[in-house]
Amino acid sequence: MSTSPQKDFKGRPIVVVTGVGVVSSLGKGKQDNWSALTSGKSGIHRIERFETDGLKTSVAGTVDFMDLEQPSAPSLTYALADCAAEEAVQESGLPMGEFPGPLFLASPPVEMEWQHRFALDKEAGDSELEGYDRLIEMARTQKHKDMYELLQFGRTADRLSDKFGTTGLPISLSTACASGTTAVQLGVEAIRRGETETALCVGTDGSVTMEALVRFSLLSALTTQNEHPEKAAKPFSKDRDGFVMAEGAGALVLESLESAQGRGAEILAVVRGCGEKADHFHRTRSSPDGSPVIAAVQNALSDANISHEEIGYINAHGTSTPENDRMEYNSLKAVFGDSIYQTPISSNKSMIGHTLTAAGAIEAVFSVLTLQHGRIPPTINYDTPDPDIPLDVVPHTARDVQVDNILSNSFGFGGQNACLVFGREFA
Amino acid sequence: MGDTNSQNNEVWITGLGLLSSLGEGPQAHWDALQSGKPANIDSERFAPYPVHALTEPDWSQQISRRDMRQMEPWQQIGTYAAGLALEDAGAKEDESLCGRMDMIVAAGGGERDMEVDASVMKEGRGSNSTDALLAERLSNDLRPTLFLAQLSNLLAGNISIVHKVTGSSRTFMGEEGAGISAIQTAHARIASGQSDIVLVGGAYNAERSDMLLFFALGGYLQEGQHADVWNRDGTILGSVGAFLVMESRAHAEARGAKPYAKLSNVAAEHGRRDEGATNKRLARAFEKLSPKGSTAVLSGASGCADITSTEHSFLENRLSDMPVRGFGNMLGHSLETQFPLGIALAALSMKQGEMFKPMASNEIEATQAADNILVTTIGHHRAEGMALVEPVTNT
Repeated sequence: MSTSPQKDFKGRPIVVVTGVGVVSSLGKGKQDNWSALTSGKSGIHRIERFETDGLKTSVAGTVDFMDLEQPSAPSLTYALADCAAEEAVQESGLPMGEFPGPLFLASPPVEMEWQHRFALDKEAGDSELEGYDRLIEMARTQKHKDMYELLQFGRTADRLSDKFGTTGLPISLSTACASGTTAVQLGVEAIRRGETETALCVGTDGSVTMEALVRFSLLSALTTQNEHPEKAAKPFSKDRDGFVMAEGAGALVLESLESAQGRGAEILAVVRGCGEKADHFHRTRSSPDGSPVIAAVQNALSDANISHEEIGYINAHGTSTPENDRMEYNSLKAVFGDSIYQTPISSNKSMIGHTLTAAGAIEAVFSVLTLQHGRIPPTINYDTPDPDIPLDVVPHTARDVQVDNILSNSFGFGGQNACLVFGREFA
Repeated sequence: MGDTNSQNNEVWITGLGLLSSLGEGPQAHWDALQSGKPANIDSERFAPYPVHALTEPDWSQQISRRDMRQMEPWQQIGTYAAGLALEDAGAKEDESLCGRMDMIVAAGGGERDMEVDASVMKEGRGSNSTDALLAERLSNDLRPTLFLAQLSNLLAGNISIVHKVTGSSRTFMGEEGAGISAIQTAHARIASGQSDIVLVGGAYNAERSDMLLFFALGGYLQEGQHADVWNRDGTILGSVGAFLVMESRAHAEARGAKPYAKLSNVAAEHGRRDEGATNKRLARAFEKLSPKGSTAVLSGASGCADITSTEHSFLENRLSDMPVRGFGNMLGHSLETQFPLGIALAALSMKQGEMFKPMASNEIEATQAADNILVTTIGHHRAEGMALVEPVTNT
């Protein structure tokens, strides 16, 4: 079936990465992020965006260095996406402002914020109305159309699409903490269908607000180890007690091999396969037998047509919650058998925290950089290994190894499980 | 399951799940729309804004009481409608089929706790430190599980839990565009062989003040009484759950599933909203579908004056003597769900072999059965979608 070298084993167009961009609490751009990440530096710090007195968690990986028109989650979410996408498109050499393919954007759900509610409520002055009736009364003055613009779910994608000139109707998506991975997957699928030669895939999240923090806190998902912020995220450690919320964005320019070779573009990596499987067990917890995660990993390997022995490194979901890390280990053990103990696996979240909607895209970018540089970023804060998770987590310091294939995992609330396989070679 | 780009499978619609102000299920919707009765409007509860209020079903038919408690209304509406679609397609309780069924959901966000919000705002008026107030009140007053009833992807999550649909699960966001992309992607996946069978749709709860506030900020709401969708200044929101089971012809035939119709093609557009540019995009979408023979139109027009009049003129120019039905007139505007709803109604009409009766005073009677139906959803603010639904032929 596969006659052309530009097609994969199923006769589908081979999909490659020709540009990547990233911003996280470690900084703007690939260079700053990669050097911090491979020197084991943490971007986690005490929250300064809002007062944290009375909150159980006071640390996060917020991004506080972007220039914003106005401080709000949608504005930061856009700014982060814009920054990462610009770097990725620049690197790809495709025309800025006339990107020749569609946009797939993983972005957080949009909500009116307390600053908006308080502002409208205050403006209503002596009105006898209360609650939302009071806010609606102010909305009816038609002085707040800017607020309407800001609060549309499709707004971030609209703006990116306008700026980068992507084609067609942009897709905004959410698969919770697997969203960034799903964005890449949608791009791969569109190219494989032959609909497009290129796709701009972005995951972004700038939504660390007080309410967002409280919500995760109420679900007991966050760490409460506030004393040393840089040590709060400790995936695979015995004393891990929850994830650290964080912000950032990752962007990848995907392209058919044919198109990339045709224009002489530098090929950074190959997206060899994608896999997913939803879980029906519980809204926040995984099936105890791990079967959906196992299936997602197996689906990704089979879509890439490789065996687990060919995976040289795993970029873990590794959130640092007690349940996730155990479940991820058990599921990988089921797929890899004893060879899991010889496969290095590390969690970027030990340094940048959990960037939620953006995580899959950022970790995809770091996977590409790992292939490019032949260097595996470490898992930091691994001071007290969990004896029940006897993995080679690349503790504390980066490791120089030329790996050929990387598995990147993402799992989210709502039973979302998605995995990507990146490789150096086309075959 | 192959997924090369060389296939071009026919995409059949084999199951419909509808829950709205007109009741539940395809037959109830057909009957209500053909009865000549007026739309089911509640003009009091959210005055001055009328809404098409949900006709509550017997929820226990699709959702256990335990699961109901974990959801807010938008998720209940969607999970119920998804169950109806699976049942209609003969897929419900078929664990093996649902276990490999792909799912694409178009969604916004869930309801807030209005009482907590109101009370925090009130207290905030006299507060020196809103951060301290929020930290205390949100930590103590928010129900821990409310977040899960608000997250966009948790409608899909609930469908996985309740109906065991777990092949894949993707949630698209972004107002009307989300529903357009969901239908377009489901179609493309099946046509190319990436999916054999897909559950696709959305849910919208119009009966919530936080949602009305959003539209009020933009100045997009019709006030006072219901008026024809083609002759009003703003939109009237409607509570709707609309899901479809779509599958490749080969897959449907192999399991003996009967089609309502086939979804022949989908066009999606996006760009700045000046009249010239919008018209160009509508023309491009229409050319992509190029309906042959006699074409009827099911329009998802919102009633927001400028864009609805642009759409009306466009349809007049292209299909002047053909029947156009603005289904929002009877069901309200359901944002992310509008396009899936339009596709579902088109499939229903195809199966009945008859066009819906006029839904507004300026709509003409159909003089003959249409060869095909053009479904439109022109977003109230952004995004334009069109699709062509045709009868299944025995070739």
